[in-house]
Amino acid sequence: MKLEMKDQPGQLVAALKPISAVGGNIIAVIHQREASAAAKALDVQIVLELPEGRLETLLELLREQGVTVVRIGEERLLYKCTLIMIGHLMHTDLSDTVDRIDRTGSAEVTELSLVMPAINAPSSARITIRSTTRTEMKKAIRILRGVAEQKKLLIIEPLEDA
Amino acid sequence: MRIAILGFGSVGQGIARAILAKDLNITVTGLADSRSGIIDAGGIDVAAALARKGNGDSCGTPGISPADVVTKAEYDVLVEVTPTNVETAEPALGHIREALGRKKHVVTSNKGPIALAYPELRALAEANGVLLKYEATVCGAIPLIHAMQEGLAGNSISRLYGVFNGTCNYILTRMAEDSLTYEQALAEARELGYAEADPTYDVEGIDAAIKLVILANTILDMHTTLDDVERTGITLLTPDALRLAEDLDCTIRLIGEIVPKAGVLRVSPRIIGKEHPLVVEGTLNAVTVEADLAGELTFIGKGAGSTETASAIIGDLLYIHDRYVQGS
Repeated sequence: MKLEMKDQPGQLVAALKPISAVGGNIIAVIHQREASAAAKALDVQIVLELPEGRLETLLELLREQGVTVVRIGEERLLYKCTLIMIGHLMHTDLSDTVDRIDRTGSAEVTELSLVMPAINAPSSARITIRSTTRTEMKKAIRILRGVAEQKKLLIIEPLEDA
Repeated sequence: MRIAILGFGSVGQGIARAILAKDLNITVTGLADSRSGIIDAGGIDVAAALARKGNGDSCGTPGISPADVVTKAEYDVLVEVTPTNVETAEPALGHIREALGRKKHVVTSNKGPIALAYPELRALAEANGVLLKYEATVCGAIPLIHAMQEGLAGNSISRLYGVFNGTCNYILTRMAEDSLTYEQALAEARELGYAEADPTYDVEGIDAAIKLVILANTILDMHTTLDDVERTGITLLTPDALRLAEDLDCTIRLIGEIVPKAGVLRVSPRIIGKEHPLVVEGTLNAVTVEADLAGELTFIGKGAGSTETASAIIGDLLYIHDRYVQGS
C-alpha cells in the first residue's frame, strides 16, 4: 500500500506500529524523498502480509495516526498449502487435476514435484497450492479431494492448516 | 481383592506376571483361555498356570468355559482381556453384561464392547453400583482416559489428535529411515511381531478408528460408530512420497483426529514437520489434547505390549480397589 504522511520525526514509526498491532508482517518499506520535498507530506510504500479480515482495522488505526492511505495494491496469494498425491497421476491427466484448482481463480497450483518410479507403478507428487484467503484454500482442498476420489488418488494433507 | 481373568494371551499373561512380581494384594480366583478354565475361590496358582501356558498347554481344565468363570467364580472384578471383535463385540460383550449384572466391577482391554455398547454397559454398571473401566483399550500404557476423565475434568476439549497405532508408526518410521517400500517395512514388522499375519486391522486404520470412537463416545460426549470415521490407511504409501515430504523437513504419519465441535473423526496419513512432538519413532503412540483451561498436552508412550497393557489394567484395578472394594 502507498501511504502519505507528515514529514515529521516519528511519523514512520507511527505508521508502522498499527501493522504489528493487527498481526501483520512487514515485507518491505520503500521510502523515497522526492527532489521537490519542499512539500509537507511524505510518500511511503509498504509491502505487507496481513491476516485475513484485518485490513479494515488497519486502515482505521492508520487514519487515527493521521496517515492517509493513497493506494492499496493488489492482494497476493498469501496462503500456502503443500500436499502429496499418490496414484496413477499421469494416466489420470495431471494437467486436468491442476487445472481444476487453477480454474477457481482464487487458488492456484504454484509448485509441483513429480516422481515416476516405473511404468505402471504409482507415481508420487508434491503439490503446492496458494490462495488469497483461508476459505479459498479450504475450497481448493475440497476440490482436490473430490478429484482424488474420482481418479482413485491418495491425497496426503498436512496435519496443520494453511 | 479377587479377580477373574478372561483371556490368557499376551495381556492376560502380562497381568499374571505383574501380580506375581509385585505385592498388589490381588488374588486370581477365576481364569479362562479359549480352551479351558479354572475356578478356585482360595486363589489360583498363577505361576503354575503361566508355566502350563508356556509349555503350549491350556491354562486350566478343558470343559470349564469363560461363561462358567463369569457366572460361577467368586470375584470382585472381572478382567476381560480377550481379543477384539469389531463386528459384534461377542463373546466379550455378553460376559461383561453378565458380570455387571452380578454386581461385579469390570476392567477390560477389549475395544469391541466399549466401542459398540458403552452407553448401555455404563448404564448397567451404574444401575448395579459397580464400575466399568477400559484404560487399556486406547494407547496401551498411556493413561489417556484417566487423564481426560480425572485430570482434565472441567476442561473442554477442542481437538485431539495423534498416533494411535504402533504397527503403522513402525512401518512409516522404517519407510522414512531406510527408504523401504511399504511391503518391505510390513514384512519386517511381521518378523518382529509388530504386525499380525493379516495386518488389515492395523494398516487400514481400523484399529486407530475404533480408538477414536471410544474416546469420542466415552469422554467427548459424541455418539459415533466406526462408520462415522473418515478413514484412509497407509497401504498405498510410496517411499517417493516420504522423500517428497523429507525435502520439506517433514515426514508422514498415520494420524487419528477428533474435532468435537465440527463432528470430525478422521484417520489418515498426514504430512507433519519432523520436529513435531507427535513424530515418535518405532511402535510408540503419541496423542495431543487441546483443552481450554490446560492448553495443549502431549502424551507419549508404548501403545501395546504385554507388560505395558497390563500396566493400564492394573491401574484400573487399583483405582477400583481404593474406592470400592472393602478389605483386601
